[in-house]
Amino acid sequence: MMTRETTFNISIALLLLAAPIAAHYAGEPFYVTLATRIAVLSLAAVGLNIALGLGGLVSFGHAAFFGIGGYAAGILASHAFAGSPLIFGLPGTQQMPVIWIVAVLFGGFAAFLIGLITLRTAGVYFIMITLAFAQMIFYFAISWPAYGGEDGLPIFVRNQFPGINTLNPLSYFLLCYVLLGLALLLFRLLADSRFGAALQATRQNDVRVASVGIPPYRIRLVAFTISGMFTALAGALFADLNRFVSPSMLSWHMSGELIVLIILGGVGRLFGPVVGAALYVLLEFWLGGITERWQFFLGLILLGVVLFARGGVIGLVAGRARHG
Amino acid sequence: MKKILAATVLGASLGLSAQAYAEPVKVGMITTLSGGGAGLGIDVRDGFMLALKNAGVSDIEVVTEDDARKPEIAVQLADKMIQSDQVDILTGIIWSNLAMAVVPSVVAQGKFYLSPNAGPSPLAGAQCHENYFNVAWQNDNLHEAMGAYATKEGFAKPFILAPNYPAGTDALTGFKRFYTGDLAGEVYTQLGQTDYAAEIAQIRASGADSIFFFLPGGMGIAFMKQYAQSDVGLPVLGPAFSFSQDILGAVGDAALGVKNSSQWNKDIDNEANKKFVETFQAEYGRLPSLYASQGYDTANLIIAAAAKADVKDADAFRAALKEADFASVRGDFKFGNNNHPIQDIYVREVVKEGDVITNKIVATAFEDHQDAYAAECGM
Amino acid sequence: MTLALFLEQLLNGLQFGVMLFLMAAGLTLIFGVMGLINLAHGSLYMVGAFACAVVAAWTGSFWLGLVASLAAAAAAGAIIELAVIRRLYARDHLEQVLATFALILILSEGTRWLFGSVPLYLDIPPLLQGTVPLPGGSRYQLYRLAIIGVGVAVAVGLYLLISKTRLGMRIRAGENDREMIAALGVDVATLYTLVFALGAALAGLAGAMVGALQSVQVGMGEPVLILAFVVIVIGGIGSIRGALIGAVLVGVTDTMGRFLLPQALTLFLPPSQAALIGGAVASMLIYLLMAVVLAVRPRGLFPAQA
Repeated sequence: MMTRETTFNISIALLLLAAPIAAHYAGEPFYVTLATRIAVLSLAAVGLNIALGLGGLVSFGHAAFFGIGGYAAGILASHAFAGSPLIFGLPGTQQMPVIWIVAVLFGGFAAFLIGLITLRTAGVYFIMITLAFAQMIFYFAISWPAYGGEDGLPIFVRNQFPGINTLNPLSYFLLCYVLLGLALLLFRLLADSRFGAALQATRQNDVRVASVGIPPYRIRLVAFTISGMFTALAGALFADLNRFVSPSMLSWHMSGELIVLIILGGVGRLFGPVVGAALYVLLEFWLGGITERWQFFLGLILLGVVLFARGGVIGLVAGRARHG
Repeated sequence: MKKILAATVLGASLGLSAQAYAEPVKVGMITTLSGGGAGLGIDVRDGFMLALKNAGVSDIEVVTEDDARKPEIAVQLADKMIQSDQVDILTGIIWSNLAMAVVPSVVAQGKFYLSPNAGPSPLAGAQCHENYFNVAWQNDNLHEAMGAYATKEGFAKPFILAPNYPAGTDALTGFKRFYTGDLAGEVYTQLGQTDYAAEIAQIRASGADSIFFFLPGGMGIAFMKQYAQSDVGLPVLGPAFSFSQDILGAVGDAALGVKNSSQWNKDIDNEANKKFVETFQAEYGRLPSLYASQGYDTANLIIAAAAKADVKDADAFRAALKEADFASVRGDFKFGNNNHPIQDIYVREVVKEGDVITNKIVATAFEDHQDAYAAECGM
Repeated sequence: MTLALFLEQLLNGLQFGVMLFLMAAGLTLIFGVMGLINLAHGSLYMVGAFACAVVAAWTGSFWLGLVASLAAAAAAGAIIELAVIRRLYARDHLEQVLATFALILILSEGTRWLFGSVPLYLDIPPLLQGTVPLPGGSRYQLYRLAIIGVGVAVAVGLYLLISKTRLGMRIRAGENDREMIAALGVDVATLYTLVFALGAALAGLAGAMVGALQSVQVGMGEPVLILAFVVIVIGGIGSIRGALIGAVLVGVTDTMGRFLLPQALTLFLPPSQAALIGGAVASMLIYLLMAVVLAVRPRGLFPAQA
């Protein structure tokens, strides 16, 4: 028997697939781009949801991993484009699979290093120290001249995927959609695994987990690293979507937006990030088209969601979470 | 805020119907209308709209949207304007980093981009493009002018500072391109920094005979106010950005006497400029800034080109743009090989006229100045 | 580099730290008493600066503006507390972050709606213009000394308020055990509104004082907000003493880093390169400081009781 949440999730997944296909055949490629943006931001937020939703780790610095993924794509592509070698004579590349692997490895490595220090703290301290690390990387990217600094780094031709014309908006959307689907599947498997159970237990009761003999610090570190990997992959896709990387992907506003996406959809819910990203992107686009005061109204709506729609939109539709 | 402005204001009464118009030209304007720095975008937009109104054209449609100074949003808007609104020309971006995000892909898709403000060096040099026209300046130009002026005035030990980001390093490089003497010091501050006590103490201790700084927006306001309080009292030089009309009100008397470089000022003596300054004040109730003048010139360039060629005929329209056959408010204006301006650059002094703090031209730094990257451009 | 310049830069660092303390004090007070993360604290700072600039332009008096900034920020704080914040005390930090993030959007855009996009004019009052001599021959701005004075006064005032008054007793009790003081008949809701308004007024005061030195514009609160968070996290969240020490530490580290690093690098690099790289490293220094402090003491230098 399907629960209401499952039915809702399936409808959302189908809608996110059907809308851009319809837009493509109606000759409105811009809506395909908009849907791709939703898929990519969803993927980034699915990553954050592992740390935040399952592990209760409120990271205010996930923009760091998002940006690292983006810069992996930008730097590799720019070297391939210019024909100049990276360090140690390694060439750049425009092959997405390679770029993704590099993005995920670097994102994971950065998350591991940052996690080593930040996970010693908890609560507000954790929120703020993750923010501090992201700010450090942000300022470094702004003042580091080799790859454009604040001006950012253009990707002149979107990177390639074997057998697919990534320049076609619909093809690129489908690519991102499949990756998002895989990420959601992994999230689900992770959440239902023994590791996932232990992670969720650390959120609820640290002492109990420790007394069973699993060090919570290590569980959190693994979760945080995986979380950073997902978000870095999304960053690489985001760079290719915009054909551009810049330090604004690393800014604290971006970290805030990722958190907003999750809360908007519903914390810890499988499809929370997807619903949140869809709502946020559409709201931003729709309000921006109506008034130049759109940020004011966006703020009001977000405030309304926190105050009156606990559990996010999925909470409204499907009732309270299994593990609130 | 989708304001589709069909500029029909005077069209009918002026009897323009005699001329057979092709399809209307559709212009997409992506500019900063909210958050920090919105004042610049609003000035560009207002200047642009004023030019359409003054010319009384009815065949130019403008779609305006706010980028909130975020590159991702600017990219998304550019996609939307090209794919959904089917615009022919894009314009409006204020910041170099947003221009770098948007321009290369826009021109690669065969659309025109006319820059009313930003002029990052890659777009003037190796990455120049036949569909990209800069109607303002290349980023280094105003700094170069100040370097030339410092040399001419015989300053021997300027202290120079700028924020640590590409436009900041370009600024100091531009200054040093035309000032090759000794420096009392060179400092890169943090982007967004608002307290300059440490830098001012360093300036005082450095034995400098003048200061050149590039600190756009709130950073410049903060620096000037704190500098004026400090009793250092050395002559201050800078580009127009920290002394434009939108900012002078907030700096107050602290700015008086500062020399700054600009390609435009409200006292440039020509018919187009007189009309611009008068009608701008009448329409919006404030003095125009150089950003408004750039928006105004951009619109007039489009109007002039559209009168000569159909925008759908890209080659003819490009040639018409390149002619730059419009009455620029800054006087002489033409495009170089890289579609960047060749123009005079003036030195202005901040003065008080009655109660209003504003600028007055006191010297000419360059005549027919072209940017340093033109040779790297393959066009 | 002379000793006098070095001492002047130390003083600049101290002064910058005190400026940050004015901002951080309200933030840490609110967190200590109510357990609330208020990202919108920077917006209250902006409200104070705008109120001061508008009233000073209207009446011609900075001092009236200063009063107005306290009143406006406290009023804005009280209204926000009554309308929004009090629904958030029972929620987790995540929801507080989102709600106050939304408040930033609303307050920034609302302020721009009311006052326009052009920065406002606010000058130092004539009484505090000019400089005074320092031992060693250099001169120091009077207004900056005044900021140090106000910062010290606020620190002492808060100390006395919390340790010597009835309100302070309740605040301390509230930090320790919320249910208990409610059971003892203290009107917790009013106490919280008062504390929030007090924190907001401190932010407004900081905005007005600093606004006269800097630029009064929309978004001015955000860079300071991040720095203020760094300060209270280093100091230990909820501790006024920690905020003061953290602020001075951050102020001195940042100022001396900006001043000394590029100079040190000129030993190895040409001046332009040294200035560039030195500036880049200096901008990361305080975050590095924070990471080191938290790595060694995960709850900051002066952790308030849990």
